[in-house]
Amino acid sequence: MTAPAPFPGGGGADDQQQPPPPRRSRTGYLLLLPGTLWLLLFFIVPLVTLVSTSLYDPAGTLETGYQLTFAFGNYVDAIDDYATEFTRSLLYGGLATLFALLLGYPLAYAIAFRAGRWKYVMLLLVIAPFFTSFLIRTLSWKMLLADQGVIVEVLRFLHILGDDGRLLATAPAVVLGLTYNFLPFMVLPLYASLDKIDVRLIEAAGDLYASPPQAFRRVTLPLSMPGVVAGTLLTFIPAAGDYINVELLGTPQQTMIGNRIQSLFGAGSYPAAAALSVTLMLLILAMVMLYIRRAGTDELL
Amino acid sequence: MSAGVDEQEQANPGVQRGPGNDLRLVSLSKQFGAFTAVNDLTLTVPAGSFFALLGPSGCGKTTTLRMVAGLEAPTAGDIFLGGQDVTRLRPYKRPVNTVFQNYALFPHLSVAENVAFGLKRRGRKKVDAEVARLLDLVELGDRGRRRPQELSGGQQQRVALARALINEPEVLLLDEPLGALDLKLRRQMQIELKRIQTEVGLTFVHVTHDQEEAMTMADTVAVMNAGVIEQMGPPGELYDNPATTFVANFLGQSNLVAGHVTRMRDDLVEVDVEGTTVLASRTRSHADSGAVWVGVRPEKVFLDSSGQTRDHGINVVRAGRICDVSYTGVSTQYLVRMPWGQELTVFEQNTGARELFRVGACVDLGWRAEHTFVLDAAQDAHAGVEYEDLGT
Repeated sequence: MTAPAPFPGGGGADDQQQPPPPRRSRTGYLLLLPGTLWLLLFFIVPLVTLVSTSLYDPAGTLETGYQLTFAFGNYVDAIDDYATEFTRSLLYGGLATLFALLLGYPLAYAIAFRAGRWKYVMLLLVIAPFFTSFLIRTLSWKMLLADQGVIVEVLRFLHILGDDGRLLATAPAVVLGLTYNFLPFMVLPLYASLDKIDVRLIEAAGDLYASPPQAFRRVTLPLSMPGVVAGTLLTFIPAAGDYINVELLGTPQQTMIGNRIQSLFGAGSYPAAAALSVTLMLLILAMVMLYIRRAGTDELL
Repeated sequence: MSAGVDEQEQANPGVQRGPGNDLRLVSLSKQFGAFTAVNDLTLTVPAGSFFALLGPSGCGKTTTLRMVAGLEAPTAGDIFLGGQDVTRLRPYKRPVNTVFQNYALFPHLSVAENVAFGLKRRGRKKVDAEVARLLDLVELGDRGRRRPQELSGGQQQRVALARALINEPEVLLLDEPLGALDLKLRRQMQIELKRIQTEVGLTFVHVTHDQEEAMTMADTVAVMNAGVIEQMGPPGELYDNPATTFVANFLGQSNLVAGHVTRMRDDLVEVDVEGTTVLASRTRSHADSGAVWVGVRPEKVFLDSSGQTRDHGINVVRAGRICDVSYTGVSTQYLVRMPWGQELTVFEQNTGARELFRVGACVDLGWRAEHTFVLDAAQDAHAGVEYEDLGT
């Protein structure tokens, strides 16, 4: 019996000399548990299912069942068959993001720097649309843009509309719907970013011979870039994958990739639909990575 | 950083450079709603001088500075720079630069880019040599590529200074530039600022609430209170000959005792203080009849055990009793309770020539007539006192 018994005090003084080992508390892991379970159940499992579904034998149907045959051909077919929809989705999503930025930046700027005591009222108004459902709001746009509506009448009177004199069921209507629906996702991060800017920096720019446009370009805009990046991502990603706006404000001529995925799932072509979903996801992920690298705001991720 | 066309247009801020470009404020006022921040202020800052605007917070000194910089529009009055009216000029068109209280360095630019900012905006393409020279001047030659937030407070302060100085402004405005630094660094920077000002020869207008800072650096100090200038002059003159109770208390400390003028002599004023006649020189008398405050600085007073005889020409008040002694190393501060109940402060250098007085000792207070100043009794004897305590 050479090993000293681990009694308190039995080990002698040298036990006391050592710094106590870091306490390994399980509390942190326990606190992480609900979130981890949630992610596992609602993110990891669906993701794995989605990816494996995309590799099923495309010949399968709901009746005959599906087999995992690692049919990578599904991806080739998906991209071949739906290249137009992909392009259209990226285009509409991109345009909606651009318009949301052009509308949202001045709005966020005004709330951050000019609203004074109306700041919180204005912020509330920005998020107020969320109090009703996305669908109801898009349906309201359908009425607003209807052929007999005031907007169309006015535009016709001004001879701004195209040959068929319609606004509803056109590409502009879809982009407008997307812009409207995702505008708050642009405004809120922009506001958060602009609100953090110390106005004394803008004053200092003026003091150092920068005219107001120069001060904006050299100081305000660079300092608000994190908000611009976050806002454009939060707008572009859901907008590019959206299908409600085409459904309600567009026609089959404006079909976006989201509509295809939805209809393929509906028709039981699970492998094709899953392959489209995964392709869209990877495409957006690649674009986001590229964008963040170019914008030089890596510290965001 | 590509300099666009829009960067070219302000190459000429429109004011002639050279000596003689005094900064003149004429009847300048600023109101925020019902509050008057600056009230009918008129002053001239001679070109090339180091001018300090000293006052407690809320006295209007920063507002005055911001009006000179163009960041605040005056409610009334005019600002002239070398004869040109700049009152309505936008800040970016004024040949004036500011060192802001919290430096306001651009966090997205490097130190060198921060310093180059002003030159670039005025369309200068080659700025590297100039930036390097200025960074050397403030002893940060090797920090050009760093971001401002990587530097210490004192270094950031010097970057802010270099960023303003590089533009060779007619007037450099400093808004409490040392306020965020600790005491030791502040002392260093005071000396540094004074050195740089002498070296570059620009007009510095320095706003501060720290009377010691103002006195150490400035050629001229203007003491501001409640939107008006109480008194203006070289630091020594303000200290020795304060014109108001506010200046007497805010700039250092003062003993102010109530009295009334009994007789005017050729160059002396006789004042009766609690039955004792005290003499003051007329050049330091700001009231010549009736009730007055008689003032003397604590370090001008010397103590002696009661009953000692005195030379002629020295003011003596007798029968004080020491009620507090605080030893500070260099000097000892006594609080002496006078027979009429007032407590007076006396500072004595610890020369070691004699024993310290103890609490309860009976003493006479003496000081020379030329160290006495006389102020109008209509003023509050405690004006400026609490600020002094806060400021240091």
